[in-house]
Amino acid sequence: MRGYIARRVAAFVATLFFVSGLVFVVVRVLPGDPALVIIGPEGSPEAAARLREALGLNRPILVQYTEWLGRALRGDLGVSLQYDVPVGRLILSRLPVTLPLTVMAALLMLTAALPLGLYAARRHRRAGDYLAMVVSQIGIAIPGFWAGLLLILLFSVHLGWVQSGGFAGWSGGLWPGVRSLLLPAIALGFFQTAVLVRATRSSVLDVLREDYVRTARAKGVSELSVIAKHTLRNAMIPIVTVAGLQLGQLMAGAIILESVFALPGLGRLALGAITARDLPVVQGVTLFVASTIVLINFVVDLLYVVLDPRIRYE
Amino acid sequence: MRRHPLRHVTFTLGVAITALLIATAALSLVYTPQDPLAMSITGRLQGPSGAHLFGTDQYGRDVLSRVMTGTVISIAVGVIAVGIGAAIGMLIGILSGYVGGWIDEGFMRLVDAIQGFPAILSALLFAAVFAPGIVISMIAIGIAFVPSFARLTRAGFLELRAREFVVAARALGARDRRLIMRHILPNTLAPLVVQATTSFPIAILAEAGLAYLGLGTQPPHPSWGLMLREAQSFLSLNPWFAVFPGGAIALTVLGLNLLGDGLRDLLDPKTA
Repeated sequence: MRGYIARRVAAFVATLFFVSGLVFVVVRVLPGDPALVIIGPEGSPEAAARLREALGLNRPILVQYTEWLGRALRGDLGVSLQYDVPVGRLILSRLPVTLPLTVMAALLMLTAALPLGLYAARRHRRAGDYLAMVVSQIGIAIPGFWAGLLLILLFSVHLGWVQSGGFAGWSGGLWPGVRSLLLPAIALGFFQTAVLVRATRSSVLDVLREDYVRTARAKGVSELSVIAKHTLRNAMIPIVTVAGLQLGQLMAGAIILESVFALPGLGRLALGAITARDLPVVQGVTLFVASTIVLINFVVDLLYVVLDPRIRYE
Repeated sequence: MRRHPLRHVTFTLGVAITALLIATAALSLVYTPQDPLAMSITGRLQGPSGAHLFGTDQYGRDVLSRVMTGTVISIAVGVIAVGIGAAIGMLIGILSGYVGGWIDEGFMRLVDAIQGFPAILSALLFAAVFAPGIVISMIAIGIAFVPSFARLTRAGFLELRAREFVVAARALGARDRRLIMRHILPNTLAPLVVQATTSFPIAILAEAGLAYLGLGTQPPHPSWGLMLREAQSFLSLNPWFAVFPGGAIALTVLGLNLLGDGLRDLLDPKTA
């Protein structure tokens, strides 16, 4: 088990290294001269030269990367050109929107998808199964941002129950914040719920066909025990894999939903930074989100050790 | 006994919807009810009517014509993005699976890293450096597909490179290039075709999402996502404006998903 964990940790560190390299290459190397990107076509050559000097863009590219990576490891992601505050602080200030939105969508996804997928598998090729599959097929076809628009149309425009967007913040208590994130979280989690229902159904069906499940039933083990002890435990590995990948997708999807519901999260920070040509902010946000997704995948890898004893005794 | 493909309900439905999609795209190249870019100050934000079956947008443009033209953009972005993802992914997968060792390890870490960049994130990054546009969205979406194609190709190569027919071909003097192109790669194609089919609707969804954010197709070109972005400001005035482009996305993705599912069932020997 220790060997497995050590290998995964080494792979995780190497992957993070690649993530940082990809972000750096796109922002600093591909454009040729990032200073020209920042000041735009209307900027003078003198201004570009000053900016190059200020940002250290005159130095060799490897030196720039090493310094940038070293600072990033210490939590220093540079200073926003638009707001003149550290990028790290900007990211932290937007996390109380993006993180709860992602977590709420994930919770909705898990609480809806796991029972539905299990139900569909147990009702295999019966009405309940077909209904669940039709609903999930439709769910997979509806983009989150369109689901968001339809929810706004129904609950805000027609029924007038909620505002069409905006974030109430957490200072007034838990409920106003949760309330303003509820519709976005439903819209965000809708697509991924449909995906997870299908994955859960498929995984549970595979396990239900196994000899040991048939044996357990033949021995007279109660159905509850067959499902809880024999089926779910073994079906969880592919489910956790899919759900783990989906957490990353939810975080990325939050960027779009923040625009639909005018939420001041990481996505809108990055989109605003693109308009303002604030490269350090875009660089910081993408590095942060990509690293978080890689971290989630790493945690999922470690969860296998808990779920699958074969890995523990390997 | 192998089932006839058209008796497979999912596959048949998928083929029918996809055929409708392609027919609409082809038709829109030669005919649309109105000019999709023609504006009309007096006919803005109208609901569905005989003159405009899907109504009009904020500039009085015919939504049906724009939805039809948007089909071409969606298909083009889907095909090119999946092509980019498949080409780069397969190249990485071939090198990784065939050569193995440190090259395999290095490429797999690179693939893990790329997995940290969903299309939206790559698009943000590219749009910050280059101007946002349809090319950026194709590349960003394509990059997001690289890991799945790379892993599938690698898995196929790892499985096949030690098989008897490959060993025999090598013993007969076949060089690496011939082994890869004639013996191993053709045998890994079936899952890759399924992957391409299932990736296509994801690409269409991603294109719509990027266009919605303003990172993809730019005005005045009609992209379904861009139309939804424009429709959002007029939800209370003309809700139909948001319904039809979204419906087009949903129907397209549904059809392509059904086609992919059906294809997977038909190509999988366990279910055939």
